Amino acid sequence: MLHLILFSVFAVIAVAGALNLLVQRHPISSALSLIVVMGSLAVEYLLLGAEFVAAIQVIIYAGAIMVLFVFVIMLLNAGVEERTKGSKVALILGFPAMLVGGLLVAWVLLRAPNVGSVNVGAMYGPPKAIGWLLFHDFLLPFEVTSVLVLIAIMGAVVLASPVRSRFSRPQPEPERQALKAAAGTEPAHEETVTARRSS
Amino acid sequence: MPGAISQWFSAGDYLLALPMILLSIFALGILLIDLMLPPEWKSINAWTAGIGLAFSTAAVIRIHLAYARAGQGVLSYTGFMGSMMVDRFAIYFFYLFLVGAGIAILMSAHYLEIERENHGEFYALILFSVVGMMCMAAGFDIVLIFIGLELMAISTYVLVGFLRSDRRSNEAALKYLLLGAFSSGIFAYGLSLLYGLTGSTNLQLIGEHLATHMRENPHDPIAILALVTTSTGLFFKIAAIPFHQWAPDAYEGAPTSITGFMSVAVKAAGWAMLLRIFLSGLYPMRPIYVPLLVFVAIATMTGANLAALTQNNLKRLLAYSSIAHVGYMLLGLIAGSSTTPSATGIQGILVYLLVYTFMNLGAFAVITSLRRRDVIGDEIDDIAGLITRAPAEAVLMLIFLLSLAGIPPLAGFYGKYFIFLSLIETGHYQLAAVAVLYAVFGLYYYMRIANAMFMRKAVDTRPVTLSPAMATALAITGIATVGIGIFPDLFIRAAGWSLSIAQPLQLTSLFH
Repeated sequence: MLHLILFSVFAVIAVAGALNLLVQRHPISSALSLIVVMGSLAVEYLLLGAEFVAAIQVIIYAGAIMVLFVFVIMLLNAGVEERTKGSKVALILGFPAMLVGGLLVAWVLLRAPNVGSVNVGAMYGPPKAIGWLLFHDFLLPFEVTSVLVLIAIMGAVVLASPVRSRFSRPQPEPERQALKAAAGTEPAHEETVTARRSS
Repeated sequence: MPGAISQWFSAGDYLLALPMILLSIFALGILLIDLMLPPEWKSINAWTAGIGLAFSTAAVIRIHLAYARAGQGVLSYTGFMGSMMVDRFAIYFFYLFLVGAGIAILMSAHYLEIERENHGEFYALILFSVVGMMCMAAGFDIVLIFIGLELMAISTYVLVGFLRSDRRSNEAALKYLLLGAFSSGIFAYGLSLLYGLTGSTNLQLIGEHLATHMRENPHDPIAILALVTTSTGLFFKIAAIPFHQWAPDAYEGAPTSITGFMSVAVKAAGWAMLLRIFLSGLYPMRPIYVPLLVFVAIATMTGANLAALTQNNLKRLLAYSSIAHVGYMLLGLIAGSSTTPSATGIQGILVYLLVYTFMNLGAFAVITSLRRRDVIGDEIDDIAGLITRAPAEAVLMLIFLLSLAGIPPLAGFYGKYFIFLSLIETGHYQLAAVAVLYAVFGLYYYMRIANAMFMRKAVDTRPVTLSPAMATALAITGIATVGIGIFPDLFIRAAGWSLSIAQPLQLTSLFH
């Protein structure tokens, strides 16, 4: 019974943290609410008997990743988010639809007969069982995940690197000299953006 | 080998993953080599990617040979503790992905130079997305399928936004990313419900547990919720109406060669995943999902064909046409009785995906070749009078368009033929009639392009120049479109060979 009460309390805290994350206008407040979400999720894992996952959740998500988040936000000196006048349709239709959808799913799940839980392996979540799953049963998905992370990093670099960087094709040498002499600065691709692009 | 799964990994496991491993190695190689290349030598990246695809194809052929040696009885090899199943179905799709990626690379080489975005990352991303597609086609565990899907999707998001100085490309990438992430979330929710219902992530075990579950409790709301959310995610990935809104924008904004790649290889991967999940994991729920499919198929054919009628942008028009083709293909899955799918229908989908790969890539290759420094070349006006500017291209484009419309004796006819045949065989006469009606609509908007090419005067009279790579791409797609139409036998048999997925009875007997 105590389990159920604690579980419900932390579930409410997690959802409240997530809502606060969306409502807050300063990025630091949002990041701190995310820490609340991560922390209460860790407690949920612990209550479900997955000690190892709970510890990892605290160390990696609530610890390392969130520190990085806060660090980057501080570094970029991100200001307060400006409110735009969001779409009316989203306000009028979106929220009630979400509410109805959520209630429907909750109703279906609560009404279902013999709802139970599935254990990880023979025991709850000790490191050995998780390691066995990760490096034996799910070895291939685990390896593919590493490629996935690489892609994500590479994609961010490709999309975020400045357009006129070392990547772009340099001007032919004489032309470059002439342009340099004329403008006194590094030449850029003036004609890159085509005339009809803007249309 | 079919039989007991060993507790330890063996060489066989790694052989099954070899096509993916080789592609990953070459993609990483491109990333490293690209750093050392001077800008004038960037075309080496395209060559490296091509060689990587060739090596990967060789690995697929090696697995294919293993089947040939094992004889008729062997239908599937599983590896990595049952998380991967390279059956004939998966091999068929492997070939499809490799061909699609190869032609897309041929189309890209010169195009990227025009766009001044010729970076190695482009080719690396294409190869990585093929790795993701292979995971989707060969995944027999929902974890692997989902990670493969994300790998493919994230690579594609970046590729769509690759033209960083083009606002349309940026917008398309952002829209695609947001909607794609949303749909992945819904899909993952459905998969987690399936796991909760059956206690397993293996598709075969999910199927078995679900079968007993459905017998005891035929209208379990959780099972239906799981089915609806999972299929929402799947319909999103193949861009079926009402989950298609991302497609026209993403197709229009993406680099043209990537639009071609997305419309064939990415879509084929979505189909591989959809067929795998519907036919092996969710097959006990077929009586429930068929009405869902009927609704989606009719909505897709109606919406896409009507929307395509009024488009003036070629890429947008072909985007709607590709949505419409998804509608026809869905009919192949509907065909059959309420408990078993029709083998002809599944074969029709496979044939359709094959011919669609060639004819659609061909049409996009023609559009790509219209791009110049100062002309984007994707409006219907840009293709006007193509017959005077580039007669060979205009004739090829006409062939691709007629094939897309399904006119015999071109390849596209056989795709539609099998789908309609399966519908009529299993008594879905109304659906067949509706589909034929919409095929006529299709003819109208394809002929609009043809009309512009042949009847109207050219706005821009400069002749179109083709790079050697683009000429190769056009030749391959053109020959394949005509060739499959004239000698369909070989390809139909290839699709029939890969039908290991069609019968649920066969599926349950795979492991023992």
